[in-house]
Amino acid sequence: MKPIRIGILTVVSTAAFTGCLFREDRAAIGIREGVLHMGNGAEPQALDPHLVSGFTEHKILTSLFEGLATLDGTTLEPKPAAAESWTVSDDGKVYRFTIRENAKWSNGDPVTAHDYVYAWQRNLSPGLGSEYAYMLHCIWNAKVFNEGRLTDFGQVGARALDERTLEVTLENPTPYFPAMQIHFSFFPVHRANIERFGRIDERGTKWTQAGNMVSNGPFLLTKWWPNRIITVAKNPYYWDANAVRLKEINFYPIDNLQTEELTFRAGGLHVTDAVRKSRLPKFRATMPQYLRMHPFLGSYFYRFNCARAPFTDVRVRRAFAMSIDRELITKNLLHGAYEPTACFTPPNTAGYTCTASIPYDVAAAKRLLAEAGFPDGRGLPPVELLFNTSEEHKLIAEAVQQMWKKNLNASVTLVNQDWKVYLDALTNMDYYVARSSWIGDYYDPNSFLDCFLTGGGNNRTGFSDARYDELIGRAAKTPEQGERYRLFQEAERILLDQAPIAPIYLYRRVYLRVPELKGWDENLLGYVIYKNVYFETCGAK
Amino acid sequence: MLRFVLRRLLEFVPVFFIIVTLTFFLIRLAPGGPFAAERAVPEEVLKRLNEYYNLDAPLYVQYFDYLRDLAHGDLGPSFKKPTLTVSEWIALRFPVSLELGLYALGVALLIGLAAGFLAALRPNTATDHVPMSLAMAGICIPNFVLGPLLVLVFALWLEWFPVAGWDLQQDKVLPSITLGAAYAAYVARLSRAGMLEMLAQDFVRTARAKGVSETGVVLRHALWGGMQPVVTFLGPAAAGLLTGSFVVETIFQVPGLGREFIQAAFNRDYTMIMGTVLFYAGLILLFNLIVDIVQAWLDPRVRLS
Repeated sequence: MKPIRIGILTVVSTAAFTGCLFREDRAAIGIREGVLHMGNGAEPQALDPHLVSGFTEHKILTSLFEGLATLDGTTLEPKPAAAESWTVSDDGKVYRFTIRENAKWSNGDPVTAHDYVYAWQRNLSPGLGSEYAYMLHCIWNAKVFNEGRLTDFGQVGARALDERTLEVTLENPTPYFPAMQIHFSFFPVHRANIERFGRIDERGTKWTQAGNMVSNGPFLLTKWWPNRIITVAKNPYYWDANAVRLKEINFYPIDNLQTEELTFRAGGLHVTDAVRKSRLPKFRATMPQYLRMHPFLGSYFYRFNCARAPFTDVRVRRAFAMSIDRELITKNLLHGAYEPTACFTPPNTAGYTCTASIPYDVAAAKRLLAEAGFPDGRGLPPVELLFNTSEEHKLIAEAVQQMWKKNLNASVTLVNQDWKVYLDALTNMDYYVARSSWIGDYYDPNSFLDCFLTGGGNNRTGFSDARYDELIGRAAKTPEQGERYRLFQEAERILLDQAPIAPIYLYRRVYLRVPELKGWDENLLGYVIYKNVYFETCGAK
Repeated sequence: MLRFVLRRLLEFVPVFFIIVTLTFFLIRLAPGGPFAAERAVPEEVLKRLNEYYNLDAPLYVQYFDYLRDLAHGDLGPSFKKPTLTVSEWIALRFPVSLELGLYALGVALLIGLAAGFLAALRPNTATDHVPMSLAMAGICIPNFVLGPLLVLVFALWLEWFPVAGWDLQQDKVLPSITLGAAYAAYVARLSRAGMLEMLAQDFVRTARAKGVSETGVVLRHALWGGMQPVVTFLGPAAAGLLTGSFVVETIFQVPGLGREFIQAAFNRDYTMIMGTVLFYAGLILLFNLIVDIVQAWLDPRVRLS
């Protein structure tokens, strides 16, 4: 028998043997049965809301846990969740939350104010080493407790007045405090559940395993097979269970974008986590009904090392920032996936839109460079542009390298480093120019602008401006939103004038989604309220 | 035989010790620690985390502590995935890699041996040239190209197999073929060469002269000897199949240990890197030992000494 015939016979018989010639489409079954299959990027680090730090985990945890407040999916205004209402004192520093009478844990226990106090104590416990505990530092004395300088949690501004009343005293008026409650660092945990598996400040106990976890969200954990699937099923004890229309959600940790796309196209997913930008023209042409794009609360920018020549001179920083053609990068290189930006905070962040900008102006950039003593780039020392390994970062860096060469006659070398080596260089400020990005932690311009406070851990540019620090500090103590935003406007103007950064583009969530999936809000936070999600059952994919 | 095995096992101890020591210090020389993140981790938190995982102790203390724990079979907690310990992660992920590796090995042997022996029996004919050309292509095409190609044809166009996953039996077909293809190609070329060499031996000529049928010559006299090069190759190949499946595991979303190993290195998850390196080192040593034993069993000229 000829080898080709043997080959064909082998393949066909294998297929027949495994019984897969007539396979059903998982997505179609899901639509019929109310089971959502979604790609979730990487495998979560953990499912403990006080030990995780990423958007990957956030998407799963918001199905399992519920904070005191949620956000409206469209307007992003705070709305009651586990708390049915709240009041705030005139000085904006004391919040009083009333927990719903029918709020329950997935084991049927009532959710009480004590649960929130316990959860926040746990998250702030120094021993736990929670990377996101700083989100709670707006609470009175939380920071000193977290740093171990205060051991009595009773002196921290979170206390249960009774089973259903939680009083929170803040360091400063924080108008966005209710909006912060959607962040996993504020989620409650069930005390008995935690202590059944370990101490309050013990990392990595088994309480987050399927079958062990007690949660208070619209769904409960039923399966966690690492790197395979995480399944959550409708929680019958959830206070608003009648509103929950999905039976189950399956999260697939598919970290390869090509695999995720192919799985979607083969009917294995209803929603992908992301898509390859190079595929956008194809998607627009052949499957526009699946392609979803909407703004996301994140900025992509380049940092300048303000402590290293020639970037010690603000004119050089501005010249470099002003000679990046962002439009060209987003339109031609990234296929319109992102929005070019001339400022740092994404527009309409909780109603705030920056009015200052760093324009693309090559003539002005050349003038600035000449004023700094480098006419037509003469005498400009060679600089390095650092980025972490990624095709996209490389593409942008190569374009910027060419722009700086053409516009400023600057000699730029590209330096590609592995993620951790790159982070090390950034933290130790061992770079000239470095690609960077920032995703807002919460829905307020402060989440972006407090990055560049003098000596701040996320500053990493050496930028220091007393007026800027003062403005951000004053904004933190100002309860009135209009005045806060005026202070932020002035601060961002200083930031852009001083140019420790060169803004490039604003992120967008770009992914594939079946049209039958409804109630999936497209907001700046990428915040999906799973209890509102459902399938329109007329017609399958 | 027993003395040989015991001696080899004893030789493992210093090899292991060198691997532990080198890995331990090399990973700590790499810039960036396990807790470095885009969002700066506050100083106090970093201090607590370092205390929690004993990273604040002097390096030599950490090293001896690790050796002590290792002697008790404790590979420590994972820094980046704290839900399970390193041993638990390996216990969870290795069976998947093992299963994938065994299927791939099956694919490699089935296709490779059949193609190689057929080619050897009819040298310089189409039966020889076609499989050997395919084998060359198999060696040349990397699995990150072959995998998506197979997915495109068999998952998207023909819809015979799923794109990715590791739950159903049919999920396992494409990853196994992708991983096994390159090894099948090597096996084909090695078995062809081995068989041709055997068929040219004096004892084969004697057997033919005595009137033994061609089938008898091949099965009784040439087959075992012809497999010698394949067996020598199988030791490193089996270890390679089990440890080198990172790309295939990524393309097909297979929850195996290969991905854990690579991700641990990217994450600077020190204990996970140590655990997986030691585990793989043990596997490779073990496979080499098994190959030595099998070789002696196949060929009486090889002595275990």
